[in-house]
Amino acid sequence: MVTRGFFSGRRPPSDTDERIPPGQYLEQGFPVLSAGPTPRVRSEDWSFTLKHGPKPVKKWNWAEFNALPQSKMTRDIHCVTAWTKFNTPWQGVLIDDIFADAGIEPPTAFTLALSFDGYSTNVPTADLVTGKAMVALLYEGKPITPDHGGPARLLVPHLYFWKSAKWVNGLQFTERDEPGFWELRGYHMYGDPWREQRYSSDP
Amino acid sequence: MNAGPQPQSPWQAATIARIEKRTPRVTSFWFRPSRPFTHLAGQHVDIRLTAPDGYQARRSYSIASAPEAGAGIELAIERLDDGEVSPFFHDVAEVGDEIELRGPLGGHFIWEASEGGPILLVGGGSGVVPLMAMVRHRTLQKSAAPVALVFSARVWDEVIFRDELIDLDDRRDGFEFVLTLTREQARRPADSSRRVDARMMVQAMERLPKAPRLAYVCGSNAFVSAAAEALIEAGVPAGLIRTERYGV
Ligand SMILES: Cc1cc2nc3c(=O)[nH]c(=O)nc-3n(C[C@H](O)[C@H](O)[C@H](O)COP(=O)(O)OP(=O)(O)OC[C@H]3O[C@@H](n4cnc5c(N)ncnc54)[C@H](O)[C@@H]3O)c2cc1C
Repeated sequence: MVTRGFFSGRRPPSDTDERIPPGQYLEQGFPVLSAGPTPRVRSEDWSFTLKHGPKPVKKWNWAEFNALPQSKMTRDIHCVTAWTKFNTPWQGVLIDDIFADAGIEPPTAFTLALSFDGYSTNVPTADLVTGKAMVALLYEGKPITPDHGGPARLLVPHLYFWKSAKWVNGLQFTERDEPGFWELRGYHMYGDPWREQRYSSDP
Repeated sequence: MNAGPQPQSPWQAATIARIEKRTPRVTSFWFRPSRPFTHLAGQHVDIRLTAPDGYQARRSYSIASAPEAGAGIELAIERLDDGEVSPFFHDVAEVGDEIELRGPLGGHFIWEASEGGPILLVGGGSGVVPLMAMVRHRTLQKSAAPVALVFSARVWDEVIFRDELIDLDDRRDGFEFVLTLTREQARRPADSSRRVDARMMVQAMERLPKAPRLAYVCGSNAFVSAAAEALIEAGVPAGLIRTERYGV
């Protein structure tokens, strides 16, 4: 449906068209969205736990986690509130390297990412491995600021950005695909921006 | 609580039924959806504008009207001069135009009168919009839940819904309106003229019979961060604070 009188001059440059998923617009800034106040997690209080169901598999403190192999990833990110940001540079620990350090082959097909503020989000295990995702520690070469999820956030850049849990403190393998915080509140279980899977009613 | 977007919330055409200027920078638009629409206080809609070549711009707007108001969905849109969508509404949109919207959306920033109070609401600028829906919902439900609204605006003339809020405050029925102006002297005796801080939150909570069950904070990202920190400093547990950030 064409909107009467709407002739925006603000189109993405045509060479970037194929990088912008349907319904998204290009953003130069880096907006902040979250369900509650920004937790201030000091690195001395920080830890990361890998769990299979309720059972801890391995736990790292800040120093131990930072000693894991570090990788860099520069990716386009897509927020469900319709902005897309190009070429965001991150550095951190690939989920593959976390699993390797724990000496574990993923035992289930589903994972919940857990956060310090009680937030959680579900991601299929297959979307976390083979270099697709990391726990990010640096953004643009600097520690991630608290409002963007620092000290550490999950980065799953090929899914809508709410799946990239801020203030992440663990991953939990689950037997079934269990909805997390926003998924319980009407957001999509998978969240593929290219299929516009924003809300639970989207196919 | 966990209503979330309704299973049947695809895009639909909605007709602009009424337009009313609220402040020099904020105008209200009432939309009449073509399909049944039931929302909860605090939810938003997504709006999609389509240019003749198919280009689309999409934004979220909170619903200002109470679910039981009935006269269409009110959106209060602030004009950002160099923005893409908000100037369209202020300069181009007219009564009778059809606009595509989707919703209601959002399953977290919601309050139903049946959940009770006390509730503390904190809004900055157009961040008052979803809080207004909660206040109006409380009134229309004849709820006795104690509710305090802390509203931060730049100047007196930019206080959206000002007369309505003062009227509701004057009823003394458990709704408390705490206004603060950041660039002008306060006009009412109990109001402040500074940015929100912990002391202001303590004063607002003193106007509630007991500590709030939940606090709702809405506005720009900078406002929400500052207000949430003020609440925490004033002793409100972080887990009781719900936030809605308008992005940048
Ligand atoms: C859940 C939710 C509820 C909301 N509810 C409301 C509400 O009730 N009322 C309300 O008024 N708003 C609300 N908003 C904000 C709203 O969605 C829009 O962000 C706002 O109206 C601005 O949109 P715009 O297209 O006018 O501006 P945009 O074009 O998005 O620009 C926003 C600002 O960014 C700058 N900018 C960004 N890109 C460019 C560019 N390429 N060139 C120049 N400048 C640029 C501009 O300076 C402008 O001031 C809500 C947001 C959310 C997420």
